[in-house]
Amino acid sequence: MLKTILDSDAFQDAVSKISKKILNNNQNINELAFVGVQRKGVFLAKKILSEIAKLAKTCESQFPFGTLDITLYRDDLDNFSLDMPLIKDTVIPFDISRKNIILIDDVLYTGRTIRAALDVLVNFGRPKSIQLAVLVDRGFRELPIEANYVGVKCQSEKFIKVECEEIDGVNKVMLN
Amino acid sequence: MCLQIKNIRIVDPSQGKDVIGDIFVENGKIVSKFSNSVKNSVQKTIDGKGKIATPGLIDVHSHLRVPGQEGQETIYTATHSAAKGGITTIFCMPNTRPVIDNAPTVEFILLKAQKEGFVNVFPIGCATKGSQGLELSEIGVLKKAGIVAVSDDGLPIVNAQIMRRALEYTKMFKLPVISHSEDKELSKNGVMNEGKNSMILGLRGIPKQAEDIMVNRDIMLAELTGGHLHIAHVSTSGSVNLIRQAKEKGIKVTAETCPHYFTLTDDIVKLYDANTKINPPLREMEDIDAIKCGLADGTIDCIATDHAPHTQEEKNKEFDLAPFGIIGFETILSLILNELVDNGVLSFSQAIAKMTSNPSKIFNIEKRGSLKEGSIADITIIDPIYSYNFKRESIISKSKNSPFIGREFKGGAVMTIVAGNIVWRI
Amino acid sequence: MFSNRGKDLLGLENLDKKDLQVILDSVEPFKSLFTRSVKKAPTLIGKTVVTLFYEPSTRTRTSFEIAAKRLSADVVNIAVSTSSVVKGESLIDTGKTLEAMKADYIIIRHYLSGAPDMLARNLNASVINAGDGFHEHPTQGLLDLYTVYEKKKKFEGLKVLLVGDILHSRVAKSNIWALTKMGAEVSVVGPPTLIPRNIEELGVKVFYNLDEAIKKVDVVNILRIQLERQQENLFPSVHEYVELYQLTNEKLMRAKSDVLIMHPGPMNRGIEISSDVADSQNAVINEQVTNGIAVRMAVLYLLKKSGNSGNVSSN
Repeated sequence: MLKTILDSDAFQDAVSKISKKILNNNQNINELAFVGVQRKGVFLAKKILSEIAKLAKTCESQFPFGTLDITLYRDDLDNFSLDMPLIKDTVIPFDISRKNIILIDDVLYTGRTIRAALDVLVNFGRPKSIQLAVLVDRGFRELPIEANYVGVKCQSEKFIKVECEEIDGVNKVMLN
Repeated sequence: MCLQIKNIRIVDPSQGKDVIGDIFVENGKIVSKFSNSVKNSVQKTIDGKGKIATPGLIDVHSHLRVPGQEGQETIYTATHSAAKGGITTIFCMPNTRPVIDNAPTVEFILLKAQKEGFVNVFPIGCATKGSQGLELSEIGVLKKAGIVAVSDDGLPIVNAQIMRRALEYTKMFKLPVISHSEDKELSKNGVMNEGKNSMILGLRGIPKQAEDIMVNRDIMLAELTGGHLHIAHVSTSGSVNLIRQAKEKGIKVTAETCPHYFTLTDDIVKLYDANTKINPPLREMEDIDAIKCGLADGTIDCIATDHAPHTQEEKNKEFDLAPFGIIGFETILSLILNELVDNGVLSFSQAIAKMTSNPSKIFNIEKRGSLKEGSIADITIIDPIYSYNFKRESIISKSKNSPFIGREFKGGAVMTIVAGNIVWRI
Repeated sequence: MFSNRGKDLLGLENLDKKDLQVILDSVEPFKSLFTRSVKKAPTLIGKTVVTLFYEPSTRTRTSFEIAAKRLSADVVNIAVSTSSVVKGESLIDTGKTLEAMKADYIIIRHYLSGAPDMLARNLNASVINAGDGFHEHPTQGLLDLYTVYEKKKKFEGLKVLLVGDILHSRVAKSNIWALTKMGAEVSVVGPPTLIPRNIEELGVKVFYNLDEAIKKVDVVNILRIQLERQQENLFPSVHEYVELYQLTNEKLMRAKSDVLIMHPGPMNRGIEISSDVADSQNAVINEQVTNGIAVRMAVLYLLKKSGNSGNVSSN
């Protein structure tokens, strides 16, 4: 049974809420840069980026944008008894030094993905700051990691499914 | 002491006999009935119901490693292993260390066999001194000491003139010359059959022609001299055809093959397991078919093991570095039954002839290979429904290098009798 | 992955098209690592990779070492002349010793075919074949495959020609397996004495004449000719070999204009390949070397980790 947590409208509201807060906290938009965590974090990052461009009355291309894949940095690679996960693109086509990086993922759970993502990022240079934005905070952290921007909190031991229009045709968050 | 085997199917190709009846053994010999003098002495009776009695099997080709390589095999372990396989007589090849090219070595082996052997051991002497292929060995002296054939097995006699002399000289002793037919230049550095599999595996191949060319040469020399040529371990369809033609022409040639040459192809080498490394190498399906054909039409007279023990240390090596050879005493009978008799290639009696009457005829072994009255009571008792898995732990030979480990068999020896004594029973 | 996700990579014979595509698709992310200031990822941190080379090699061993180090593994190189092998230790015992030292990956180069197979059968560690006898050189085959793919973007209908000593070439064998599985048309050319009798059964065309073989090909992969083969009477002289089989600009005219020139190295300039061809625009010999590292990283990543299994959490 899937229970909807965010329908399409609520999804958009959450994106807007996160975008506003990001702008509030980062007055100097010239230092802002966005990095989405593969795979759904990338789509979410694009949505936030376009929302922020709208709010700041500028064009999207003004903001540096990258994608990041954490596979090679995972701490559980030894545990794969089936095929190894496919590695997706890590493309950070800008110098991250002196940037305030908004790192974006769909769901924050144990914190291990973000730990890996931070390791990837620092291999590209020394950003001024890294801030974390997530659509859903699922709770049950295993590492001391918190998000700066959260769309919705939903304490759950069960799998949370985020659907994006780019893949699934609709924006939606569901609880299994 | 005397022995009676009751109600057993007796299959004796030497007499064309296949009947259910009793076998009587008195003083180590086959008799038609017990004499009065022993009627009251100790008698042993065996119920043979459902079993088959055949003359004791004769294996005309084996390597016992004595003297010199007792780490691989001893007379005790070899003959024990043979007894388990239903074999009552084994011929041993002379490529020992030192080689068997002198009477004392022959006598040593015979003495050793008498002392610790379970079955009969008949040595084969070197055809040339030191198996060097240069000068004939003292074949007459060796014959007196007890050899049943001459051979430089393991090596071919490269020089055609020496081979000619060997075939000529042995005529006066009625000794066959056993040819290890291999052109050493064509087979140089080869470790398996040359073909698709050797190409894929990146192993150097031994073409079939390396065998065929020498078989051809030796047949021509047998024709020239009138000597008795016996071709060892036939592995190719080419050899089978050459031998068949030679026999049709009336040339005095006989031949043997081994169970692996009608059972396995070089597909089995794929894992680089050195227990599949044999010389001549495992060939292809067409060769298996030709060999079966040759066995059926009488082109190939004998089936022998080419029992070649090697230790695990020697075999557990890179394929190129491991020695050639596999053991065979404990699987030969079951392989013959399952691969030839069950598949209709040979009748049971024809199959048994390849290890009894034919070897005794070819190598002039008197009073063996037959259950005729007066023969020595070497008897193999076969249970046609005895099923077993050939396990490594069950191998009696000192070496365990068999590609048949793990194979399921149906039918095998359950009792082996040598000169009236039970040397093996399950 | 690698036939039921085996722990070893022994050859390309037993990989299927899907396996090969997975490998090809995995190379790019590793290659992109090379452009970062930090060229390393922590993927194999805490793992030990041993290179065990029974034959001299600079290129392959170095490539594996760099690949493993870029994945943060600890690398130990064993050159056999300095090891206990010269004291008579068997290959299996050497392998067991390395395993007892907790080597996770053993990368073996051996002059005898099948040595890696034997080692893999006897060990729990992952064994990667870095070239064995005349058998296979799977990572070279993969890096050649990737280089062709990177440049030509497809295999279907692509004409690839292998030139030279096919008989003794593990590189040729691995290339043939990989390319034919992916749908390329593979031909070989060389003197009949250096072409194995049954090679056609692998689905390749055989030529003896280079001018004829090279017509309209998309890729030429030139194999190193080993001069000691002359002593085995496999060809009469280097002079004659050069005359018949050296790849020159003139011969190359018959190939497609965008033909790729490949060579697994090390090259004998002026023997199997002329210098102007080796240095031409169409030559991708140095790119092969770069790709080799990424391909080997992908292989190290994709192989099943020995002795571990468990559940993976999501989100």
